[in-house]
Amino acid sequence: MAFADQTAHGARNSNGAKWTPDQPIISLKGVRKSFGPVEVLRGVSFDVKKGEVICIIGPSGSGKSTILRCINALAPINEGSITVEGQEVHDPHLDKLALRKKVGMVFQQYNLFPHKTALENIMMAPIHVLKQPKAEVEARARKLLAKVRLAGKENAYPGELSGGQQQRVAIARSLAMTPDVMLFDEVTAALDPETVKEVLVTIRELAEEGMTCLLVTHEMGFAREVGDHIYFTDRGVIIEHGPPKTFFAEAKDERTRAFLSQIL
Amino acid sequence: MSERSAQPPEAKKPAKPKASRDVILAGLPPQAARQSNERWGDWGADDFTRGFFTRRSALIIIAVLALAVGCGEAYAQLTAQGSERDGVLATMLKWAPLILFGRDGELGGFALNIVISFLVMAIGTVTGVLLGIAQVSTSVLVRKPAWAVTQFFRNSPWLVLLFFTILLMPFQIRVFGYSIPFPDWIKATIGLALPIMANISEVTRGAIQSIPTGQWESSESLAFSRSQQFRLIILPQCVKRMTPPWMNWYAILTMATSLVSIVGVSDAMTLTKLAVDADGRSELLIPMYGMLLMFFFLYCYPIARLTQVLERRYAVVT
Repeated sequence: MAFADQTAHGARNSNGAKWTPDQPIISLKGVRKSFGPVEVLRGVSFDVKKGEVICIIGPSGSGKSTILRCINALAPINEGSITVEGQEVHDPHLDKLALRKKVGMVFQQYNLFPHKTALENIMMAPIHVLKQPKAEVEARARKLLAKVRLAGKENAYPGELSGGQQQRVAIARSLAMTPDVMLFDEVTAALDPETVKEVLVTIRELAEEGMTCLLVTHEMGFAREVGDHIYFTDRGVIIEHGPPKTFFAEAKDERTRAFLSQIL
Repeated sequence: MSERSAQPPEAKKPAKPKASRDVILAGLPPQAARQSNERWGDWGADDFTRGFFTRRSALIIIAVLALAVGCGEAYAQLTAQGSERDGVLATMLKWAPLILFGRDGELGGFALNIVISFLVMAIGTVTGVLLGIAQVSTSVLVRKPAWAVTQFFRNSPWLVLLFFTILLMPFQIRVFGYSIPFPDWIKATIGLALPIMANISEVTRGAIQSIPTGQWESSESLAFSRSQQFRLIILPQCVKRMTPPWMNWYAILTMATSLVSIVGVSDAMTLTKLAVDADGRSELLIPMYGMLLMFFFLYCYPIARLTQVLERRYAVVT
């Protein structure tokens, strides 16, 4: 269904050909990004295939979150190219709404809408953005809440939920837009150690269902377990990458090893 | 001092007797009263639910009225005028209906003050909220002019603005052969709406900017358009934050409606002066204006108290 939508969209890659699912769903080429005089991304390139789970790790301030924000066009880039399903994200004529329907994002601070209940939080975007019928959306929202193990919390306001519960509502809210890719920006960083697990379980289930996921995380154990590919960033560049097995066991770069020895 | 025990312990409280606070509220210009509210902000919510007026404030109202009447009577005795005329209290009661409701068959008196305050607040809120939204526009061409208009009217004396609208606007407008009359009180309403608009604009801007940026980012990533973000996510969250300052401005405005008497509108202030002049008795000055003061106090004080309660209830907990 989602696939049919994209081809109908007629998204074209840089060569003008239609994007097909065997091509990278996200592709970054030489991305550079500055905040004022500070260059936070200094030439980042990588591809994400459909169904892959990518974990980006690295010290704070190394530009991990910025990568996600650029993919979602929340932040503009200065140089290079980012394509999502063949569509250039930083094309000035880009239909940003179309992009954001494909890319869901979950934030460290949950950012639920405090004036709406859990169920309403999930239902708002499909109703107002996708213009889907309310009854259908509500049924889907209830299913999603059950999926993130929050059945019974439909009418709770965000302020009445714990951090872990809020974060799971936020995940369900993103999923309600039926995105093709999910971006997770340090989603467990603000949580208590006990509640981290419940959120990670939800993400792992998503990954197992074949959702393409990009995670910025400090949970090394989790990255090793669910990640298909690990990228290590430092000072705006990717230092090293590889499948988790080799990455964690045989890191070649000095900085990667130093970072891993501090964390693990 | 039973209220004292009901107060939250963290509330800062200067060691001043409560009664002086009410005197200050009644007598000082609105801005000063408002500041004192903030400084003293220490009345419990239960206090409020017992009624808008506590025993204490009722006592003050009676005390001020008694003082005003007493002053008048004493003056009358001293000048040996008291014997053949109506008593001071009787005279006040005689004039009260006129001052409250105006002359027969036309809108005036304190009722007009309230009508003007409603209209000004309605116009000021609608235009002010729009101006406030314009102040946070992504386009410089919208943002800067909105800022300039806000600053201009926020920093102009209300009375001067009132004179400007009275003098600049025609007394009637001709549209397609019909002439629509433009009485002075309508012009005065527009004159007062300008500074209210500017202040509500600032209240709106402040409320919008106090919403965490995460709300913008998450709604943006959910593909909401900018107008949807405002309508569905940002502004609904602003309403709560804006209510206390909005009511505060309403109370300030209501007191300021007495300014319209200077430009010749028959409001409560004008009619009080007429009443005093008609009787030609100087001993009535203090009691009559004392009564007028009480009318305003009785109307504005509950609003001030409700504002305090809402402020506490909607306090942003961090």
